[in-house]
Amino acid sequence: MIMFKEYDALKKKLFRIMDDDGKIIVPKYFPEIDNEALLKAYHDMLFARTADLMTVSYQRQGRIFTYPPNYGQEAISGAVAQVIRHDDWLVPAFREMGAWLAKGASLKDIFLYFMGYEEGNSWPDAHHFLPIAVPISSQLQHAAGIGYAINYEQKDEVVFTFVGDGGTSEGDFHEALNFAAVWKAPVIFIVQNNQFAISVPFRAQTASDGIAIKAVAYGMPGIRVDGNDFFAMLAAVREAREYCRSGKGPVLIEAVTYRKGAHTTSDDPTKYRTKEEEESWDKKDPLERLKKYLLSKDLYQEDQEETLIGQFRQEIDRQFTEAENHPPYALEDVFKYMYAEMPDDLRRQQVEHEKFLKWKESIA
Amino acid sequence: MKVMNMVNAVNDALDIKLREDQSVVVYGEDVGVEGGVFRVTEGLQSKYGARRVFDSPLAESAIVGTAVGMAAADLRPVVEMQFCGFVYPAFNQIISHLARMRNRSRGRFPMPVVVRIPYGGGINALEHHSESMEALYAQIPGLKVVIPSTPGDAKGLLISAIESDDPVLFMEPKRIYRAIKQEVSEEKYSIPIGKAKILTPGKDVTVIAYGAMIREVQRALPRLKEAGISAELIDLRSIYPLDKETIAESVRKTGRMVFVAEEPTSFGVGAEIMAVATEEAFLYLEAPPKRVTAFDTIVPLPKGEHHYMVSPEKIFYEIQKTVKF
Repeated sequence: MIMFKEYDALKKKLFRIMDDDGKIIVPKYFPEIDNEALLKAYHDMLFARTADLMTVSYQRQGRIFTYPPNYGQEAISGAVAQVIRHDDWLVPAFREMGAWLAKGASLKDIFLYFMGYEEGNSWPDAHHFLPIAVPISSQLQHAAGIGYAINYEQKDEVVFTFVGDGGTSEGDFHEALNFAAVWKAPVIFIVQNNQFAISVPFRAQTASDGIAIKAVAYGMPGIRVDGNDFFAMLAAVREAREYCRSGKGPVLIEAVTYRKGAHTTSDDPTKYRTKEEEESWDKKDPLERLKKYLLSKDLYQEDQEETLIGQFRQEIDRQFTEAENHPPYALEDVFKYMYAEMPDDLRRQQVEHEKFLKWKESIA
Repeated sequence: MKVMNMVNAVNDALDIKLREDQSVVVYGEDVGVEGGVFRVTEGLQSKYGARRVFDSPLAESAIVGTAVGMAAADLRPVVEMQFCGFVYPAFNQIISHLARMRNRSRGRFPMPVVVRIPYGGGINALEHHSESMEALYAQIPGLKVVIPSTPGDAKGLLISAIESDDPVLFMEPKRIYRAIKQEVSEEKYSIPIGKAKILTPGKDVTVIAYGAMIREVQRALPRLKEAGISAELIDLRSIYPLDKETIAESVRKTGRMVFVAEEPTSFGVGAEIMAVATEEAFLYLEAPPKRVTAFDTIVPLPKGEHHYMVSPEKIFYEIQKTVKF
């Protein structure tokens, strides 16, 4: 755990391995990863970005409801995707698509959820993956509870959970970190500090010098990482998983990034930030940086990109069409998952509504 | 059989479930070493160890929130809220997650969680310790709300609650924690959630109550008998699911209904019970259904609490008015 020590949160240093031009500036922490895995990681991030951008356009076409874009934050989930194991838990917020896909969610499921079917959010193909959590920060407590259960059952698992910078102002953030630390629960808390909570900038969110430093008071390691640096994120998440598995308890990772898109498709960022600011972050784009690295090592050629994106688009469209052809939402699905055993009241309400529907049909 | 009060009976139910099911864990504020401020969990930590019965940090939201996570990971947590007035920080977890997780995950993550809440007034307590806010929970889709009125019921209902795959808010009337003692079987037994119990059959008026108010109604019964009024006393036992059938059947028989509770009068469980009487027994009613409940005010501090709490005299007064209507 040398890296956690060197980048101890109290030192307020930003952990970077690669600069904005894709050059390795801190080689000693460069994470071991073979070329094939590295290329796959890049492809996966590019896939997630393509899917994300296409989802926004589906929304603009009126084919999907409100959606929170990931654009600009792909390296964080991309790194988690490399480290998270089949039995590890993912307790999501709502802006970490790459991690969802890595955990076994299909794009079709993601589309179904944002089209308005709970079914998508149940992640039928994934294992140890809680539904997306819309109320801010409250999911962190579930992560702490799962962490307790992992210790209780002496399992070799870790919980990965996400929250945004705004979420760290919630009381639940404090409570979850506190419980997890007291219980030495194996939880990796990842704060995606993307500079904005909808419209409220980070400096209006907290007077703290960053988020990572908050870990110190809870008695856990905290590290401030360049969230747009895939290698730094990979090294940090790997070390965090090892730390958790060594029985020492949770870790807090502050991933410093920038939400290039809107908060959700209902949001208009031009109201609260400038073009200049957006452009300054464009230079730190996580995919561009990793691509520069790959190009410099001759692992990738620029002309491959268009072909790749073309293939991705076809696959994404195929899954979207599948989701669009999902059977209609049956009335019984409103009722049947509420309780293990359906109370008479619910049964009666369903039957009465069915009678009404029959009547409606009869007069049509 | 063994003579138990409600504290002993709840402890016994926890003991039985901890013994037979490794997935049961019990935690909350002071529940471990101290055995809870009401001593409900006394002795359980020394018997089952601090991994299974433990003191959590002091935060109600995280107590319920972590229980949601534990349940997702196949444990069966039984958590304690120290007093009813301290539950509110946990509302987001109760409403947004505990009650919804099963439905929003299409049944993948059932929530076998019991939240124990000592509630109710009449014990000269500090502020925020005396409320009776069961209606708040009963309106939340996805929860079950259970309130026992005797030690024997508390044991059987709590065992059912722990074995339920749905989240149960188990509200314990702390006024009668130690006031009622009865013979309780030491064996394991369960009482189904969602079934009311007719405690005293009668023909003139249906009296519906639960929790600590059962005893108050029972105190009014001899005087009612003297006045020639035959009251049928029903103990709801479950607020949700509500046993509408038992209520409706009784009201159809007696034609009159009085609801007794220590909750505030308006928008409460009483309103729901009156709806059942009117929806299910409209043509049988010979008097308007009546609520004998607390005021729509803040619970006064102890010196003023006698104004607020429903008494046997008030119950008698309102029942005979309804019968004479």
